[in-house]
Amino acid sequence: MAEEKAEGGLVFHPLDQFIVKPLFGDGPVQWYTVTNLTLWMAIALLAIVGVFVLGSRGRAVIPSRLQSIGELMYGFIYKMVEDVTGKDGVKYFPYIMTLFLFILFSNYLALIPMSYSPTSMIAVTAVLGFGVFICVTALGFILNGPKFLGLFWMSDAPAILRPIIAVIEVISYFVRPVSHSIRLAGNIMAGHAVLKVFAGFAALTLVSPVAIFGIVAIYGLEVLVCGIQAYVFTILTCVYLKDALHPSH
Amino acid sequence: MEGELAHIGAGLAAIGSGAAAIGVGTVAGNYLAGALRNPSAAAGQTATLFIGLAFAEALGIFAFLVSLLLMFAV
Repeated sequence: MAEEKAEGGLVFHPLDQFIVKPLFGDGPVQWYTVTNLTLWMAIALLAIVGVFVLGSRGRAVIPSRLQSIGELMYGFIYKMVEDVTGKDGVKYFPYIMTLFLFILFSNYLALIPMSYSPTSMIAVTAVLGFGVFICVTALGFILNGPKFLGLFWMSDAPAILRPIIAVIEVISYFVRPVSHSIRLAGNIMAGHAVLKVFAGFAALTLVSPVAIFGIVAIYGLEVLVCGIQAYVFTILTCVYLKDALHPSH
Repeated sequence: MEGELAHIGAGLAAIGSGAAAIGVGTVAGNYLAGALRNPSAAAGQTATLFIGLAFAEALGIFAFLVSLLLMFAV
């Protein structure tokens, strides 16, 4: 990297796109400062509200395009919640749908060039991931009482292995929110950093055709990854919720 | 000197991405092998496929994160 910088004047930092900047002025970032992160989260929320409010306004029997997009997403998530958690998980559907829509829309809006990707910030995804963790744990204890701890005690394992398995299960339970949030942030951040690296190579005339082809290919992959990561986050939420509702496997 | 060692460490951590690639390939390949034998059962297992892919991929992302930390935070 240093060598190229010397020859071709290649000056780029693939991770500069993730810096949180205030929108107005350059003061320090406080919790109330309006930053580019806030802006793009607000745009994502407005887009969600736009699609669903405008889409469901007609309530047509034969849906318009926008209405079918809304209906497809609703039906997709509803079926997923029902399949994974069972009938009694359906009452938590609004929370899961909210998570899915926020992640999906911020992922896809982040693919617009020069935009900021809120889901690439670990702060954002950690709030989502730990929110799910706290909700699910609280729900497990409220619904099942102390029986929720049976999640860690495998009653069908050999008796001598049970304490060891219990320790492993407890550790893996507490790693869940970390991996849940870092998976999303890491995927989005890695994808965007790769895009930027290829964009940097496009400045060198020798390799620019390859680099531009690479950008197109990686961009296509990113479109796929954005959808899949939103799906994965949501389905893992459903799996954790199922554990809380039915801890005895 | 320490900064250079950190860069070497970052490069070593990137090996983890290759390991994650092996994991993801195993998951997807086994799914495909099973799905081609019994296509009617394949649709019901896509959720499991994606969960498996996510778990395999997350570890590669952890390796990526370690190399990022070594590059920029150490």
